[in-house]
Parts: sequence; structure tokens; C-alpha cells
Amino acid sequence: MFPMFSAYIDMIRIRFLMMLAYRVNYYSGIIIYAINIGAYYFLWKAIFGSNETLGEFTVLQMTTYVAVSWMARAFYFNNLDREIANEIKDGSVAVQLTKPYPYLIFKMMQGLGEGLFRLLLFSVPGMVIVTLLFQIELPTQFDVWVIFMVMIFFSFLINSQINLLTGMFAFFVENNEGLMRFKRIAVDLFSGLIIPISFFPGWAQGILEWLPFQAITYLPASVFTGRVVGDAIYNAFIVQVIWFVVLSVPIYVIWKMARRRLVVQGG
Amino acid sequence: MSVIQVNQLRKVFKVQKNREGLKGAFQDLFKRQYNHVAAVDDITFQIPKGEICGYIGENGAGKSTTIKMLTGILVPTSGNIEVNGMVPYKEREKFVRSIGVVFGQRSQLWWDIGVIESFQLLKKVYRVPENDFKMRLNEIVERLQLSEILNRPVRKLSLGQRMRCELAASLLHNPSILFLDEPTIGLDIVVKTEIREFLKEMNQKYETTILLTTHDLQDIEALCSRVIMLDQGHIIYDGGLQNLKENWGKGKEVHFQFQKSYKLPQLHELTKGLNVKWVKENEMTAKVWIPQNEVNVSDVLSRIVGFTDISDIKIFETNTDEIVREIYKSGSAEKPKEVVVSNV
Repeated sequence: MFPMFSAYIDMIRIRFLMMLAYRVNYYSGIIIYAINIGAYYFLWKAIFGSNETLGEFTVLQMTTYVAVSWMARAFYFNNLDREIANEIKDGSVAVQLTKPYPYLIFKMMQGLGEGLFRLLLFSVPGMVIVTLLFQIELPTQFDVWVIFMVMIFFSFLINSQINLLTGMFAFFVENNEGLMRFKRIAVDLFSGLIIPISFFPGWAQGILEWLPFQAITYLPASVFTGRVVGDAIYNAFIVQVIWFVVLSVPIYVIWKMARRRLVVQGG
Repeated sequence: MSVIQVNQLRKVFKVQKNREGLKGAFQDLFKRQYNHVAAVDDITFQIPKGEICGYIGENGAGKSTTIKMLTGILVPTSGNIEVNGMVPYKEREKFVRSIGVVFGQRSQLWWDIGVIESFQLLKKVYRVPENDFKMRLNEIVERLQLSEILNRPVRKLSLGQRMRCELAASLLHNPSILFLDEPTIGLDIVVKTEIREFLKEMNQKYETTILLTTHDLQDIEALCSRVIMLDQGHIIYDGGLQNLKENWGKGKEVHFQFQKSYKLPQLHELTKGLNVKWVKENEMTAKVWIPQNEVNVSDVLSRIVGFTDISDIKIFETNTDEIVREIYKSGSAEKPKEVVVSNV
């Protein structure tokens, strides 16, 4: 890991440059996130109506939850699954394999570059605007901010791991488009981005607790909104770490299998 | 000393068989049948350090598959490979540090950003020390005239410019072996010549071993001391280019341009006893076909020279293109071995 460190940093830098190369993408990204946050903000306000609390959420907690989970999404979201699937389909994964780096870790680094770009250039300015426009409540304790930052880093790791798995599926089937679409919806829905997990029916909550998706949005956003406090924060964090470790296993195994049966398409 | 050793190498691909019609499609849903096709079938060769070796064959002959096994991308079905003392697919990351690879049809540069950014990343990836990198980059940039395009994004380069950058990228870490898969595909003659000269120079200066596949035999003639010819996964020729010409070349054609008009029977009369074939081009010019190893060109010439004034003589050898076309045609008489394995 360490001898490659400067190469990894450079990979993050390159992805940063690539994101900057397309300005329209950047500006339209800001607008899309603003629209999403605005829409969900007003939707939840309407759902609450005159109620003080709903599904253990206060209005203020809810609006904060919406804002922060979308801002976190800007950081952890990436298209690694699509990139990997495309590279496998068009055969350019071959070129990557002639370079002395671990392909999957390099992909993760590219995702991290993309995430940091959006965190700094979407989320931070976006969060400032959102605090001015809407009524939300930011945590006042410094350590909550720190643990939240660490947690969204793990959100990124877990989400990227799921993307690697989905993308690598292209090694085994000719078209994994359907799986990638399903995954995208599953992550947005089951991670608690669209509806917080505590709003799901009891049986569904029971299932979701055993899936990795909650670790992507629901857990860090719950910490940030102050719904999870004290030792429970550490429990939430440990759940993330466990998922990170657990997901590493199939990735390793599938990668080894894929290397054996790799068929480079074309030429 | 051989830097590349290949021994009884085989790569078998499993190709899905699609049965015909609706019924067949339904059967495929439940029970698939596969054909096993050997893309590379039992090949053996060695390449010594500093050699430039051409690897040729028709499309689908197994050239790229071999290159992909030699560079550690594909895992062989059976047989042994040792390149630079390592088994490519086993210690891929360590192994690829010592080689450079260019695929003519794929890019190793980052599409959206300046060429120099890709070079900087490669410097870090290969851990090239700053000073070495600068020296090396300066040399290559000057030699391939890249200074003006270094800051341009790759997507804005012409194919010729991109290809020169690809070559530069593959040589920044001074690899001891360079694998080139169709490096001159789609390039104009000026760029092709430039690239050939550059490769030659690198080979002489740094003793870089080069293995290249190509469909352009001019590449081979300009660069390679040796060719390996592949057909349907088998090596059908391995040796010098000169040898190939001598063994497969069938003869020479001589064109005469006379000062006066002539008649064919006159020429037949002059070369009586020699097994040559005359063809009348027009009033003043004639062509003669002289088969190899039977008749000497000098015999024919000496008999004609006294006949009349000659304003021009041209001698044509069978060119490599024709020879290779002949070999491809005769070599592909055999069908590939296919073994049907069901219930897999």
C-alpha cells in the first residue's frame, strides 16, 4: 500500500482534473442537487403538516436529515460500477492490467477523487446555501462533526465496494445493465436517502438492518441529526467497519476468479 | 540469453454455441453448449535480448492472445511462459514494471486531460526518480517532437500525435522489453516512418527487446531481423526475413524498355533454352519472368543486352506482401481444432 501512496494521491489529482475539464457537468450537478434537496424538503414539510413529530423525527430533524444525506451522497456517490463494466465490455481493462497497480484500488482512488471534488465544490458551498435558505439544525459539538466525517468516508468505502461488485459482474455476464440499475435504486431507497429507515414497516426494518445499505446514508445521517447519541454513535460506526471488512471478502474472491477467466473482447 | 521463453503455450477459449431457431434458443436457456477453440495452440519460441521480432498472421491467428499472455493480462490454459525471468500472470504487478506495452487500438492515456498529466501519473506509478524521468522525457519529447502537444488533452490529438504519445508513455520507465500490438495501425506514411526510426534507435541505444504484431509488412522489413508467423494458433514460420524471401519468393520480374520496337518471337529466340516467360507490354517495352533457382538474371540480361539498345531496365523481386499472402493462403487449408463439450 505505502510505496504506491504517491501514485494514489496522483490518481485522486487526475480525477479532480478530469472533473474540472467539464464545466457544464459541474454546474448542472449543483442545480440537480439543489432541486433534489428542495423537493424533498418541501415534500417532508407537507407530509408533516401540523404534526410535531412523525416516525420519531421532529420537523427540524427531518429537514436536516434530508439536507445532510444529500450532501453526503455527493461525496460517496460514484459511477465506478459503470466505469468498470464499460472497461470490461470494451476490453480496455487489458490496458489497465499492463500497469503495475492493483486495478480495483486504483478505481477506488478515482472514485475518491471524484468524491472529494464534489464534497469541496458541491457539498460545502451547497450546505452554506441550504442553511441560509431552509430551516435546519447543524450539530454544535465538534466531535460529532469529526465522527460524521469519518463515517461518510466509510459510506464512500461501502458504496464503492458495492459498485465494484456490481461492475465486476460484467466479467461473468455479457450485459449487467439491469443489475446496475437495480443497484442504484436499491442504494438510494434502502440506504435511507429517500425515506429514513425508521419510516419503513417493522418487518422491512428488520431486513434492512441486515443489509449493508443502511451503513451508507442512514447511520451517518442519524449521527449528524443527533438522533443517535453517546455510545450508540460508536455502535453505528462499528456496523460500518464490519460491513467494510465483510464486503472486502467477496471482492477479493470474485477478482481472483475474474482474472482467471478474463476474456478480453475484441482484438 | 533469452528474455522471452515460451514453451508449448496454449490458450483455449470457451465459445458459447447458439442453437438455431426458437427451439434452439429455448434449449440454450436451460442447457448451454460450448465450443472450445484454441486461439493459441502449442507454440514454442525464444527471443534473445535486444532482438526486434515481428509477430505476424491473419486476423484471428492468435497474435493478440499471445501478446496478452506475455504481458500478464491473460492466464494461459497450459504451457510455460517466462519473461524477464518471471511468470507474467503470477506476479503481474512486479512483472509489468519491467515491460512497456502499446495497444494500437486502445489508449493508456487519460482522455480528458493533458498528455503531461498522464506522464506524471506514470512516473509515480513506475516510481521513476525525478532526474531520470526528466532526462528520459526530454529525450523522447525531442525525438518524437511532442513539446507542442504535451499540454493538450488526448481527445484533441490526431491519431498520429496520440500514437507518438502512447509510445512515449510506454517508454518513460525505460522498460527492457517493449510489446507493441499493431502500433502503426491507421497511421500515415510519415508518422509510420518516424515511429519505425524511433523504435530502431531505442533498440540500438538501450538494447530494448521489441516484439511487435502488425499487418503492415513494411514495419517488418524496416525493423525486424526475425519474423514469427502464426496461423490458426500454430507457428508456421520462425526465422529471418531474408530466408523467408529466399524460400518462398518464386523469382524475379525484369522490365525492359527498348529504344526501338521489337517482336516477341525475337526475344523468345534470344532466350531459347532458358525457362523464362515473356510478356509484351507495348511496342517498346517487355516484361520477363525469371523463376528462382532455375535461371540466373545475369544470363537473361547478357543475352538481351546485345540485341538492341535498351533505355531502361528494372528488376522486381517478389515483395513480402505477395509472399505472405501466399503463405496465408496455403497455411489456412487446415481447419481449427474444435472439440464439442456439452453439459458444461
